[in-house]
Amino acid sequence: MSDFNIMADKLSNAQIAWRAAQDIEDGSYVNLGIGFPEMIAKFQPEGRDVTYHTENGVLGFGKAPKDGEEDWDLINAGKTAITLNPGASFFHHADSFSMVRGGHLDLAVLGAYQVAQNGDLANWRVGSKGVPAVGGAMDLVHGAKRVAVVTDHVTKDGGPKLVETCTFPLTGVGCVTRVYTSLAVIDIEGGKFILREKLPGLSMEALQAVTGATLHTEGDVLDLIVPQDL
Amino acid sequence: MDKTISTVAEAVADIPDGAQVMIGGFGGSGAPIELIHALIDRFRATGSPKNITVINNNAGNGYIGIAAMIKAGMVKKMICSFPRSSNAEAFNEKFLAGEIELELVPQGTLAERIRATGAGIPAFYTPTSFGTELAEGKPTEEFDGKMYVRERWLKADFALIKGQMGDTVGNMTYRMAGRNFNPLMAMAAAKTIAQVSELGEPGSIDPQQVITPGIFVDAIVEVAQPQQEEVLVRTGVVY
Repeated sequence: MSDFNIMADKLSNAQIAWRAAQDIEDGSYVNLGIGFPEMIAKFQPEGRDVTYHTENGVLGFGKAPKDGEEDWDLINAGKTAITLNPGASFFHHADSFSMVRGGHLDLAVLGAYQVAQNGDLANWRVGSKGVPAVGGAMDLVHGAKRVAVVTDHVTKDGGPKLVETCTFPLTGVGCVTRVYTSLAVIDIEGGKFILREKLPGLSMEALQAVTGATLHTEGDVLDLIVPQDL
Repeated sequence: MDKTISTVAEAVADIPDGAQVMIGGFGGSGAPIELIHALIDRFRATGSPKNITVINNNAGNGYIGIAAMIKAGMVKKMICSFPRSSNAEAFNEKFLAGEIELELVPQGTLAERIRATGAGIPAFYTPTSFGTELAEGKPTEEFDGKMYVRERWLKADFALIKGQMGDTVGNMTYRMAGRNFNPLMAMAAAKTIAQVSELGEPGSIDPQQVITPGIFVDAIVEVAQPQQEEVLVRTGVVY
């Protein structure tokens, strides 16, 4: 137990995505952020009927087409080629963001630079240098019934990404409801981080040491178990 | 009421220096490449139009379309949500050199500001950007216990848009996700110029399939085999 090495034993992005996918409910409408969150669709549990939304006006898209079979008028917000599932639809941008802000999506999953204990999210820029770009991130954090984040628990330097107060520019205030990290599953309720699951073998003390705000518990903390062969 | 224009060059001939121009498209789909290139041709031949403000989701990719406008030096300002794409050197270079202005707008707010103009609504409240640096200086108000930011309509002198089918009275359809901002911009601009792949007589489009009614379109030109932005970018075409 004491030989748990956080940098060596933490979950991969695929394993984090797998864990997040287990919580996607049958019959839900879901938006997955560009990049890492998109991986979640790959691990959608069998038998659940999920409809994916993308900001540029498609509902009900499926897997990427084979190489050479792309139609570049059929893309997602990440500008990559997609295919359509039966029942798909197209619509313009104002309708697309009405689905977002109007509370019609059940779940949005995004990446993060930092998440604060009150649910503030910073995920669009790390400072004032370079070319700023926000896309749909600031819209997506409002309106979905649940806003979840998938992220490494720590930065590349080992510093905390779960913090008391974000120091990077905010994407949204008090918007995140659950965080899936490389070490734990944490809910945000009443301005506090509530620890729900942690990797077996990782002590509370070691997890707290790499978390920038107090981890609270309510009842049992479950083992975070994921497939090893992802 | 025939709104047909026979060439893309004629279609963009009235756009003056300093115009604010909405251009449809998102990423590599839905951009009216031929109309944009006709505008660049005019600038290269006559020096006009210059000092253009372009409204689009992005700020151009590769060396064609909006990126080529920027590279040519005819764009003063971009109003967009996501200028930082994988292949956006044209904008990046000018921006980092301080040679082009940027108004960054969250994507849903950008869409709604355009829609608001078309609907005659000068301002609206949205939860998007509340508490962030993009809301600085904007009025806020609480509704039913939640905070919202007031955003203004976004106007334009011209819109350049792309559709699939069109008719001579301006009714239009769109191809797949190429729809994106095009129908909103059609409503918002003082003058909307559309290119379509197939232009027919009134009645050639089933009225139940019309997405943009002709009232929103002022000029329509047929470009039978339109270039596709993403394909041009991927094949390294330089305009």
